[in-house]
Amino acid sequence: MDKRGLSILLALAACLLLCAGLWMFQGLGGGNRGFILSLRASKLAALVVVAFAIGVSTVLFQTVAANRVLTPSIMGFDALYVLLQTLLVASLGTAGFASLPPGPKFMAEIALMTAMASLLFGVLLLKGSRDLPRMILTGVILGVLFRALSSFVGRILDPNAYAVVQSVSFASFNKVQPGLLPFAAAITALACLAAWRLAPRLDVLALGRDPAVSLGLRHRGTVLQVLALIAVLVSVSTALVGPVSFFGLIVAGLAHGLMRSTRHAALLPAAALSGAILLVGGQWLFERVLDQGATLSVVVEFAGGLFFLYLLLRGHIR
Amino acid sequence: MIRIDGVSHRIGKAPILHDITTHLPEGRLTALIGPNGAGKSTLLRLIGRLEPLQQGRVSVAGRDIAATPTEDLARVMAILGQQTSIASRLRLSELVGFGRWPHHRGRPTAHDHARVAEALEAFALTPMADRFLDEVSGGQAQRAHIAMAFAQDTDWLLLDEPLNNLDMAHARALMGRLRDLVDRQGRSVGLVVHEINYAAAWADHVIAMKDGRIVAEGSANEVLTEDVLSDLYDAPIAVASHQGRPLVLHHV
Repeated sequence: MDKRGLSILLALAACLLLCAGLWMFQGLGGGNRGFILSLRASKLAALVVVAFAIGVSTVLFQTVAANRVLTPSIMGFDALYVLLQTLLVASLGTAGFASLPPGPKFMAEIALMTAMASLLFGVLLLKGSRDLPRMILTGVILGVLFRALSSFVGRILDPNAYAVVQSVSFASFNKVQPGLLPFAAAITALACLAAWRLAPRLDVLALGRDPAVSLGLRHRGTVLQVLALIAVLVSVSTALVGPVSFFGLIVAGLAHGLMRSTRHAALLPAAALSGAILLVGGQWLFERVLDQGATLSVVVEFAGGLFFLYLLLRGHIR
Repeated sequence: MIRIDGVSHRIGKAPILHDITTHLPEGRLTALIGPNGAGKSTLLRLIGRLEPLQQGRVSVAGRDIAATPTEDLARVMAILGQQTSIASRLRLSELVGFGRWPHHRGRPTAHDHARVAEALEAFALTPMADRFLDEVSGGQAQRAHIAMAFAQDTDWLLLDEPLNNLDMAHARALMGRLRDLVDRQGRSVGLVVHEINYAAAWADHVIAMKDGRIVAEGSANEVLTEDVLSDLYDAPIAVASHQGRPLVLHHV
């Protein structure tokens, strides 16, 4: 990595530390400091985990799909997660759903999501990689199908069960279950590390299939590996805060704009760090300064949607 | 030598290649010619393992391509398919730099940088090395892709219609450079060409294909005759001679 890239990454890291410091220690007051600090710390950890998961998974996905406008959620990755939750509630009932042990349930969900997403999107991306529009359309339609199935199952549920489904179907940065955090953090750290180790191969993958094969990359294997990582990361972030559609797009766009490089060794940490800055800084702003006057997830989606339109109008749709 | 043994290929239900058995000789410049849809590109892509083999065997310098790890093949042959645009925004020097990837797998050494500079220089790209791929002309981008394959520094170089987008002077310069690779460095080159006179003037060995079959193969003088070409393209084609090599008068 060149000097410029390295100094930007260091600046991002410093900025994240600053935001984290503000989050932890601003307006602490004189009450039960230990309690407040531990509450804040767990929320901080959750925000950082989600930001890393979304940032890294979006950059990975855009590389595999050779497209700077797509995100895993546009292709229905998180709709799959919601469908899974709905089916669980429908088959186990509210009580059964609530009595599932959160840790093992979380791990099982992630394993299942990874298997299903790798299968579905692996077939799509590997078979359809030469026909990008068809692949995108199929992904979008699959996403619609998953959402429609969830809402269909939702309709035949009783209202109490439906309320449970609703609570997992919308993004909120306030509802993180602290019990899941250690699992989520460990899995995200492992997945991010794996992605970082893949970085040189991702650079080659980004050239497209033919050049990558010619350069001796195991194309199919690498694509499947990357898809599995994406599925893991998306499940973690969706399990923690619910589906977020456009946040990844902002973060990946920021990473590309800041680094002005195609090296994944630079892009991946840049996306993770800038995502964390946005979430931690944004949550601090909305929770403390604006006094919960607005919801971060809504603003993020709004800004992300505008950014999506901007990318489309700039002709980046490829 | 590249040995092709009983290779057949279908795309969907359409048969593209019928039981092809031939070879590309080592230390020679081999040209694949034939009308559109003859299966030339498919054959080249199968050799370069860009498409999976459905039937038959291909071996490159004694290595069966189905059994040799793709990493090892990348140090024996470089293949450049017909251009599709690259999604990421790359500088020409970065693109050519990827040619060294099979050798360093992500950790370029000083030697790799030197070979990249050499490749840029060889294809007259040094003045625009820092420009982005989408900021140069189609011909310049094409040269950058060829320079990438060249930087891969393999015994075998396979190029699918490398003359696309190149003007006369650059096309001739490219053929001259490929000739030089063969004559001075003992490398072997296989390429698909449409402008048949480039094959006539520069190739050692010509393979003529039609409808997924090989119609003729041999030296340029043996293959590029009026009979073979008229039959190959289903049109009367006159062949003259220029400096001891065939000159195909297909445009009059």
